Amino acid sequence: MDIANYIYLSALLFTIGAIGVVVRRNAIVVFMCVELMLNAANLAFVTFSRVHGNLSGQVASFFTMVVAACEVVVGLAIIVTIYRSRRSASVDDASLLKR
Amino acid sequence: MTTSTSLVYLIALPLFSAGLLLLLGRIADKWGHIFATLVSASVFVIGVMEFFAMQGREGEARAATQKVFEWISVGTFQVDASLLLDQLSICFVLLISGVGTLIHIYSIAYMSHDRDRRRFFAYLNLFIAAMLLLVLGDSYLNLYVGWEGVGLASYLLIGFWNQKPAYATAAKKAFVANRVGDVGLSLAIMIAFTQFGTVTFAGVKEGASGASAGALTAIGAMLLLAAAGKSAQFPLQSWLGDAMAGPTPVSALIHAATMVTAGVYLITRSNFIFDASPTAQLMVVIVGAITLLFGALIGTAKDDIKKALAASTMSQIGYMILATGLGPVGYAFAIMHLITHGFFKAGMFLGAGSVMHGMNDEVNMRRYGAIRKVMPITAATFGLGYLAILGVPPFAGFYSKDKIIETAFYAGGVEGILLGGATLLGAGITAFYMTRVMVLTFAGTKRWDENAHPHESPFLMWAPMAVLAVGSVASGFLLNSGNALVNWLEPVVNESHEHHSEHFLPPLAISAMALVVVAIGVAFAILKYRTVPVVAPENVTGFTKAARKDLYQDSFNEAVFMRPGQKLTAGLVKTDYKVIDGLVRVVGWVIQISASSIRNIQSGYVRSYALIMVLGVLALVAAVWMVTL
Repeated sequence: MDIANYIYLSALLFTIGAIGVVVRRNAIVVFMCVELMLNAANLAFVTFSRVHGNLSGQVASFFTMVVAACEVVVGLAIIVTIYRSRRSASVDDASLLKR
Repeated sequence: MTTSTSLVYLIALPLFSAGLLLLLGRIADKWGHIFATLVSASVFVIGVMEFFAMQGREGEARAATQKVFEWISVGTFQVDASLLLDQLSICFVLLISGVGTLIHIYSIAYMSHDRDRRRFFAYLNLFIAAMLLLVLGDSYLNLYVGWEGVGLASYLLIGFWNQKPAYATAAKKAFVANRVGDVGLSLAIMIAFTQFGTVTFAGVKEGASGASAGALTAIGAMLLLAAAGKSAQFPLQSWLGDAMAGPTPVSALIHAATMVTAGVYLITRSNFIFDASPTAQLMVVIVGAITLLFGALIGTAKDDIKKALAASTMSQIGYMILATGLGPVGYAFAIMHLITHGFFKAGMFLGAGSVMHGMNDEVNMRRYGAIRKVMPITAATFGLGYLAILGVPPFAGFYSKDKIIETAFYAGGVEGILLGGATLLGAGITAFYMTRVMVLTFAGTKRWDENAHPHESPFLMWAPMAVLAVGSVASGFLLNSGNALVNWLEPVVNESHEHHSEHFLPPLAISAMALVVVAIGVAFAILKYRTVPVVAPENVTGFTKAARKDLYQDSFNEAVFMRPGQKLTAGLVKTDYKVIDGLVRVVGWVIQISASSIRNIQSGYVRSYALIMVLGVLALVAAVWMVTL
């Protein structure tokens, strides 16, 4: 199977994630889209690891997963707290940090 | 050179006393004046002891030095706080501490009704300390510290009654005029340092022999500027008349006997500079000649007794400055006149203070008259000073002033005739205005204010006057007998014992001429002031009007320096506000405007931030792609 297909899939997943971040308002969905982008990057790492025949890419993907896990813990905590205080998980409602 | 350990006490004692009296405040009110007077007297005693110790040493060993501490040590630049007591300094030490002590005693009575008498005495002691540092420093930098110190003391004492705005202004005027001179002194020190790499008198003297004429003339001119500021010489003389705002003992001590003669000291001390630069010497004699006539002319029209005496001081210091400009032969006579002047002028100022004390602080001589009947001692002591300043033999002024006139005539050529003529004319005018002061104050009829009840001053006041009167009588004879002072100062000023053989005028003829001129001046004054109107007449000659206004020096200063100076500062303030501040304001304004439009991007919407980030990354990738393509 052509190795380029993995790259195409990775790019497709990343684009879907990026578009999701930009267009969706629900914080949870935005969050999941961010995860999707991270995993697209992971796929690219692993693919290139295979292409170059060394393990660096695989190691990098582990790091990404660890970071993603931490991010989920912190991010979900923030989202839940915002939801509790404002009764809304819309990212557009949390727009006080302006000017 | 002998090393000494006691010189520092000459300065430390009065300085300590001044600090103590100022710090203790009202606690010391009861005994402050006694303490300060005792300190001053003990300084005089130390001075006398040093003088006799010097008599016991011969030749080179006569001068004594003391290194107090290492002051500045930067690389090769070394300045020690060292004191030098030589034949010249000791004259000043004795004059300052001797006259100073007499004036301390006088002030105990004169200032007895002043609630700030302790502060007054603290300042007097501060002055004594600074003045002694001025004459004892062994380098120009040490001298400079004393120079500034006496300026400060003078400022504080002129403005002692600073609750009167006019007096405070007079103090400021004196300080500013002195400052102009101080700039000259600091420049002279800097030039000396760049030229010779040292600022000690000995070092500069050594270097002066090999220095360029231009450098020496520059140093000499700057030293002359300094001397003009401190000694109230033309063109910086205008402050001295106003300085009479200070209490009369201050006028006697600082503005007659000691501080204003610092310029004469400076030039005499720097004789090696002036001897090597005829241009600088010429400037000195010109300044001296102008000032001696200038001061004398102002003196003829002043009705304020203290201002008349101040003008006289200016004129007499003009004589001394002129003498210092005449080269090695003149220095000793300048110092002799300085010492005799210290006696008779201080005595006359104290006499004026005594009259004022009895006349409710009236200073207008037109309201005096016939005071000799109620104040016989004051009149007698003042009269002795008067005879001395006139140069009547055998009083002190005869010996010192005649020598200066003689030396001026012997300067040779046209210069000699001009200078001799100026000094002779000055002597005549001096006789006129001093007789005027005498006649207006002590002779004639009573023109007193109805509240005035003049009475003789207490013992504490007339005793110092009497001592100074004795000095006015005897000092000239003593200093001149066997050329005592000339021989004494010879090691410092390098008197070359030139013998004036082929002079067209023998000394006796010059003395006779001087006496005739003086007699004319006296006769003229007596005739003119047989009747004295109580209010100064208005229909006077333009000359008198000019003299009343100090020959328009103040107006000149105001028109040439003060007004343009104010315009300049106003212009600078405007430039600062419009140009400098304007630039800063424009920068701030641009930043403000641009920031307020740029910050609209900060919407607070996370999604728009994310979109911008994505677009940014895309732009970056596109840019990299373009470059690698």
